[in-house]
Amino acid sequence: MTVGRSFPTRGVLRRPRFSGADAVVAAGMVALLYAIIRLGRSMNTRTLSAHVGGAVSTGLANLPYYAARSLLRMFIALALSVVFTFVYATAAARSRRARTVLIPLLDILQSVPILGFLTITVTFFIALFPGSILGLECASIFAIFTSQAWNMTFSMYHSLITQPAELDEAARMFRLTKWERFWRLDVPSSMIGLVWNGMMSFGGGWFFLAASEAITVANHSYALPGIGSYVATAATKGDLGATFTAIAVMVVMVVAVNVVFWRPLVAWSEKFRIETSEAADAPRSVTLDLLRRSHVPAALARPLKPVGGLLDRATRPLGLADYPLQPPPVRRRVGDVFFAAAVGALIAFTVWRGAVYLDHTAGFGQFPRCFGLGLLTFLRVAVLVVVSTVVWVPVGVAIGMNPRLARYAQPVVQVLASFPANFLFPLVTVVFVAIGLSLNIGGILLMALGAQWYILFNVIAGASSIPTDLRELADQYRLPRRQRWRQLILPGIFPFYVTGGITAAGGAWNASIVAEVVNYGHHHLVASGLGAYITKATTTGNFAQVLTGVIVMSFYVVVVNRLLWRPLYHLAETRYSL
Amino acid sequence: MPESESPPADGAVIVEVANVHKRFTSPDGSALTVLDGINFALREGEIVALLGKSGSGKSTLLRCIAGLIAPTEGTVSYRGAPVTGANPGVAMVFQSFALLPWLTVRANVEMGLEARGVSPEERRVRAEKAIDRIGLDGFESAYPKELSGGMRQRVGFARALVVEPDALLMDEPFSALDVLTAENLRGELLSLWAGRDFPTKAILLVTHNIEEAVLMADRILVLTSNPGRLRAAIANDLPRPRDRRSPDFEGLVDRIYAIMTGHPEPVGDAPALSEPTGASPTELPLPHASVGGLAGLLEILNSRGGRDDLPQLAELLSFEVDDLLPLTDAAELLGFADIANADLQLSPVGKEWVEADILTSKELFAARARQRAPLVRSIVTALENTKDGTLNERFFLDLLGRGFTEEAARAQLDTAINWGRYGELFEYDADDAELVLPRPGR
Repeated sequence: MTVGRSFPTRGVLRRPRFSGADAVVAAGMVALLYAIIRLGRSMNTRTLSAHVGGAVSTGLANLPYYAARSLLRMFIALALSVVFTFVYATAAARSRRARTVLIPLLDILQSVPILGFLTITVTFFIALFPGSILGLECASIFAIFTSQAWNMTFSMYHSLITQPAELDEAARMFRLTKWERFWRLDVPSSMIGLVWNGMMSFGGGWFFLAASEAITVANHSYALPGIGSYVATAATKGDLGATFTAIAVMVVMVVAVNVVFWRPLVAWSEKFRIETSEAADAPRSVTLDLLRRSHVPAALARPLKPVGGLLDRATRPLGLADYPLQPPPVRRRVGDVFFAAAVGALIAFTVWRGAVYLDHTAGFGQFPRCFGLGLLTFLRVAVLVVVSTVVWVPVGVAIGMNPRLARYAQPVVQVLASFPANFLFPLVTVVFVAIGLSLNIGGILLMALGAQWYILFNVIAGASSIPTDLRELADQYRLPRRQRWRQLILPGIFPFYVTGGITAAGGAWNASIVAEVVNYGHHHLVASGLGAYITKATTTGNFAQVLTGVIVMSFYVVVVNRLLWRPLYHLAETRYSL
Repeated sequence: MPESESPPADGAVIVEVANVHKRFTSPDGSALTVLDGINFALREGEIVALLGKSGSGKSTLLRCIAGLIAPTEGTVSYRGAPVTGANPGVAMVFQSFALLPWLTVRANVEMGLEARGVSPEERRVRAEKAIDRIGLDGFESAYPKELSGGMRQRVGFARALVVEPDALLMDEPFSALDVLTAENLRGELLSLWAGRDFPTKAILLVTHNIEEAVLMADRILVLTSNPGRLRAAIANDLPRPRDRRSPDFEGLVDRIYAIMTGHPEPVGDAPALSEPTGASPTELPLPHASVGGLAGLLEILNSRGGRDDLPQLAELLSFEVDDLLPLTDAAELLGFADIANADLQLSPVGKEWVEADILTSKELFAARARQRAPLVRSIVTALENTKDGTLNERFFLDLLGRGFTEEAARAQLDTAINWGRYGELFEYDADDAELVLPRPGR
């Protein structure tokens, strides 16, 4: 495991300043949400008659099968994320016009609490495949996809726009076709960031898997065969033994996927490093060494080679990676105007329709209420970030400053961050019930179960990246503890901490949707907050309220990002980057 | 190689550059001219060197010829047809090699063939031949990471030559290599060029190394900076192989040094450059030289009797022209030295400055910089006209933006800050990005 890398990769967070385009796209997002709801609603009336998805048994014998089903969902979602990333990032990086819409859109998408989507997507997909479990599968996969795709796309987009100029020139000079350029240059040069962000996002995906396998939408309970619904069923039954078993299986699965899939991939992707010097501490993987020693991969690749050549030839008509040096300026301007007008009209129309819809259903009166509830959830997120910082920064620094410890601790923390915290909710709920703790306070703890690790992970990475000579300097001058923290450690970990903080806060907002309402056996705990509001609206099928709640929550996330995290990130980039 | 093999000057034109201008738009909307009315033709059978200081637009010109960027005005044509995209008849060798690190040597060399749709079998044969010719056999399955700089650039050459381009473009191909490796590779390239079956009909070499140009080229085009214009076209008929120690060789090097350090003809009644008090910061840019470097050079000059030959100084310090010329330009601007016929002569003031104690030398430098460096003078005047003697650097960057690109403006201001700080004319507060007059009594 490489020590010293942050998640998300730091370039992922480098964004253009807030522009008019962001506002337009935010409005466009609301519009899109509304469109999907309308679609889902108009379709669900005639299809939601049958109860889809059978009951999930808590018998131990079923657990391996359930785990396999869940794992399959994760990988389908990952494959979709990769395809989405390829298309979206390439379009954003290569087309000037597409970029003006796609990048702000992605920025907003990343801030939207994914779990709020669930209601909408579940209804939509069930409507798409009436009477079949396929709809539920799709909804679950889509939820996981949305937790993985954005970071990966940003990572690839960032790699593409920072591609060394001379490689771009070489590709055009040697007349590569668009297809060849994509596979020979674009994908390899983005590979390291893509694999790293893919691995970390995959870890985050488990949480959404667990949350999306068993869900109640519009007074219907759905359950897919999977480890997430297994835990949910165990919790409903109050079966502690089954819960513990599932947690153990989950840990094994997270670790196994890391060892068998991600670590070999991370080690393999090192060959795509553009800097000509070797990384000082290149990641290694036993599995990869094994694969490299065996002849199986080569034997499998041989018959594929002609296929690659065939594809190269088949895609030749797509044209060269080169572009005309002097596009006719008039046509270009006319195109720009037309494009802007079309996008503007589309957004204006759907925003208007959405506003009318909200006015006729939930009414705008819901907005003040949502903002009030949002403030409560915001306070929970704030307390969580502050407390996690106070607790984990010293621990992370202690681990990170000790290289040997860091090498072992970082994979462990990574597993902790990957582990879906919602698996633990039933157990923690038992404790809350036992000691009589209100979920208004306890909710913070539930949200922290998943989110806090991002801070620890990034602080470890930051502390271990403080150069040895600076540390030796501090020892040499016998800097007192206070001064050492003020002048060496805090500035050194700051950029990493900010990355961790943004990710932790984002994770906490998402978690609030499942953490502000929890059930264990016949105990039903509810906190007041925006997350509970969205969950309640989901359960009763009040789409207008879900829409209002999601809009307000996205608003909070975006505003806090702009007012707090983005300036801190900018400061970290300009002043404290080593 | 006998002299009769020196290429005929009347070979067919491969690439023609006609009245090419390149302007970039600076941040405040005004245009910056990088190339100003360039005309020349690259003919079959010749090696042409484009020689210029950094900022002379020579790489920009090369990229216009390669069809990678569009000229603002004028045309580039290949075999009579205007170039509208990547030039189909040329291949390029890059300063940074631009190899794909995830491909083996062979796959890198085959890249251009693959893109042209050449069959795998033929690809293999042709790549093998190019690899052998360029001295890479045995390294076919190595990755670029495993190779030294010189070997990497060989891959760059093999990759360019294997597609048998009409003309080979080279963008400072040897400047990232150590001295010995570069010399070795130059020699090998020249002997390949002299051979009968060299697949390329002409070579265009961009360089800032005068000796390299004299060693390799049949014609040397000297570009001026700010804006880039062709100052001189020098035919080089020295017999090959060329001997760096021969008087003719050294004479030509000296001549080109003199051309490159010479002053551009004054336009109209603009003030003469030796008394630059009236020029504005954009008319007379500061050479990018640090005070430390300037002092070092002049001290060496002083210890060598106050006068020395520029090529010799460059060799002594193992400096490239790009390292040396900003220092000599700065020395001239401040009146610490004069250049005549490629000789650098320490002036009396310069001698006084070098020999003075630290405080006196600071005062001397401050007076000179204030009097003769337009940007330094402008900054001091502007600061003196504010109430608190403080101005944000943005103010000056915006002013400089009228005549420089953003990067060049930054470099100008950095140099001015370096000079102003040394002379204690003003201070720079990096936290607030402000320039501040020193407060009296501190």
